[in-house]
Amino acid sequence: MAIKVLFFASLRESMGRAADELDASDVETVTDVWDAVAGGNAMPSNLLMAINQDYVNADARVEDGDEVAFFPPVTGG
Amino acid sequence: MPIVTLFEKPFDPYAELGAYEATLIEQHGEGQYGATTSFVGSMRDFNEGDNVSAMFLEHYPGMTEKALGKICEQAMKDFPIIDCVALHRVGEIKPNDSIVLVAAWSAHRAAAFDACRFLIEKLKSDAPFWKKESLNETTRWVEKNTKG
Repeated sequence: MAIKVLFFASLRESMGRAADELDASDVETVTDVWDAVAGGNAMPSNLLMAINQDYVNADARVEDGDEVAFFPPVTGG
Repeated sequence: MPIVTLFEKPFDPYAELGAYEATLIEQHGEGQYGATTSFVGSMRDFNEGDNVSAMFLEHYPGMTEKALGKICEQAMKDFPIIDCVALHRVGEIKPNDSIVLVAAWSAHRAAAFDACRFLIEKLKSDAPFWKKESLNETTRWVEKNTKG
């Protein structure tokens, strides 16, 4: 198993990819996941994040098999 | 039972509203609601002082539907309504296309108005959708919602 990481909208474009995959043993929290995929970029202050399609905070713990998503503020409606 | 639906093609919010309302008697019995409120959002051809010729609405398949479902559930808990819906377009959108319909049914008008306002404001702040506008020769992501 692994952790699946997804990026959406402007973040997907700036990351240059829609998805990534991480070894779960390398990360404990959503912040760790960001650090592992973001290539040294600081986490934007308005970044939204979700685990398994539910919103979480940056200190939420991740587990093997989780789907972690990062995205900018939403603009639907 | 609230419904949420995503449409990849243009949809008629008023036809959807009527079709769903027609199921309410079967679901809830006759004479249960005295108030229906709805909000329809559609695409403008201007934003932030620029002409906008088209828009792409990105979403997060799975989470978007889940978020809309949670918003409807919350509305059912927080307001004395008998039912509500949240319908939304995704993909390529043209000016005048309907983007969103939220609606609520209740015995009296206050709850229906309050729930409808809650549904659209919560959808705009929580549901994972992102708008990318096409201007004359360029595209840009919409970074924030306009003030309600």
